[in-house]
Amino acid sequence: MRDKRMTADEVGSEIKDGMTVGIGGWGSRRKPMALVKAILKSNAKDLTVVTYGGPDVGLLCAAGKVRKLVYGFVSLDTIPYDPWFKRARETGAIEVLELDEGMFQTGLKAAAHRLPFLPIRAGLGSDVLKYAPELKTVRSPYDDGEELVAMPALKLDVALVHLNRADRHGNAQYLGPDPYFDDLFCLAADRRYVSCEQIVETFDGPPQTLLLNRMMVDGVVEAPGGAGFTSCVPDYPRDEARQREYAEAAADLEKWADFEKRLLA
Amino acid sequence: MSDITRAEICVTACADLFAGAGETLASPMGLIPSLGAKLARLTTEPDLLLSDGEAFLLTPESTVEGWLPYRQVFDVVAHGRRHVVMGANQVDRFGNQNISAIGDHAKPTRQLLGFRGAPGNTINHRTSYWVPRHSPRVLVEAVDVVSGVGYDRAVGPFHDIHRVVTNLAVLDFNTPDHSMRLVSTHPGVSVDEVQKQTSFPLTATDVVETRLPTDEELELIRTKLDPDAKRDKEVPS
Repeated sequence: MRDKRMTADEVGSEIKDGMTVGIGGWGSRRKPMALVKAILKSNAKDLTVVTYGGPDVGLLCAAGKVRKLVYGFVSLDTIPYDPWFKRARETGAIEVLELDEGMFQTGLKAAAHRLPFLPIRAGLGSDVLKYAPELKTVRSPYDDGEELVAMPALKLDVALVHLNRADRHGNAQYLGPDPYFDDLFCLAADRRYVSCEQIVETFDGPPQTLLLNRMMVDGVVEAPGGAGFTSCVPDYPRDEARQREYAEAAADLEKWADFEKRLLA
Repeated sequence: MSDITRAEICVTACADLFAGAGETLASPMGLIPSLGAKLARLTTEPDLLLSDGEAFLLTPESTVEGWLPYRQVFDVVAHGRRHVVMGANQVDRFGNQNISAIGDHAKPTRQLLGFRGAPGNTINHRTSYWVPRHSPRVLVEAVDVVSGVGYDRAVGPFHDIHRVVTNLAVLDFNTPDHSMRLVSTHPGVSVDEVQKQTSFPLTATDVVETRLPTDEELELIRTKLDPDAKRDKEVPS
């Protein structure tokens, strides 16, 4: 079996200008921050970032990496609003596709299943469709004739996810309470990179925790603390002090350069 | 029991949102709606399902009775056995809600959370709103961005905006054109005051006073659910 171990910087160098990059986790939870930092250090630009957004969004916006953002929300959980995301939006710096959370999942699922779209009710009547006129509806071909949103596939060039454990072949395990949508991100992407707290020879715990198998993964990065400051339970909770420091620096441009330098050191 | 606070009245008004819900997932956002849902489960709605806000369903004794990661929450949303109580940066006369952005969506004056699950929630199952600071800036004539879908834009078979509970009053949409109606004002609040704090005219016939918590409810709120009185920070008396 193949050994897929690589470094975070090697993953960073795989990200090319204009790519669509899906980022796993949820809000400020189990974000692949070590891989996001590798993008910050790379020359990649004009990215389309697809994410249930947390500080990954703010950091990439701060570095000017984002051309377009596809999201259902951006939040730091214990801090409702991310200052960098707010700034990027309020200055019109980024193009956006803002979706309902369920539409977002449905788009990933369509991509994972190699379908052009999947139907969903969410979005009807709301302004999601108003601000994304490229989204179409479809009428049920059955007797009900119901009109539904035809959520297009959210195809990804690259998926970046962080799990608790992985082996060198790309099988990977989550040990927290929620898998989030990391498996879907991988199935929706051409190139799939997983960072983990620890690379192991064999897995402990129930087999249901083995979220990713090696068919779904192209590269494995051992990155202890690689989700920090977001949470990666049970290995560690969110580092609220560091998150506050991030948010304060993000809200005050005079503090930002120094914070970013320390973050990437 | 005496010295009933406004926050406690809001908690029981939120508990009453779940009357008759039975085996339904209650998804309250914010402290007061959460206390309300827990109170309902301990009193009139023992069959209610409650999540810890992460991935577990918990009994009132905080033992895990189920697993509900986000992917399964989305299944419940589509399946429909859910009553969400969302916040609202803006809510309008027909129950449209905005948690996305203030101003022009292309370049907002104030970016908020995003659509989150509001479009899917409101099109799939019962939805109520909690407004801790009832003011003309929140109760607006028309929302800037439609996140949650109101009655004038409702489509599909499952749209059901139930009530709006605020720090001043309880409102619903039980009028011929589904515009907002004042159901009850909290003790000490006048109909005029609610109208003054609302940017559009409310239907206000047969307005009653919001009920007071019972002694049993007060005991549960004060000793079991919120002994540190965090509720008073969300709604000062």
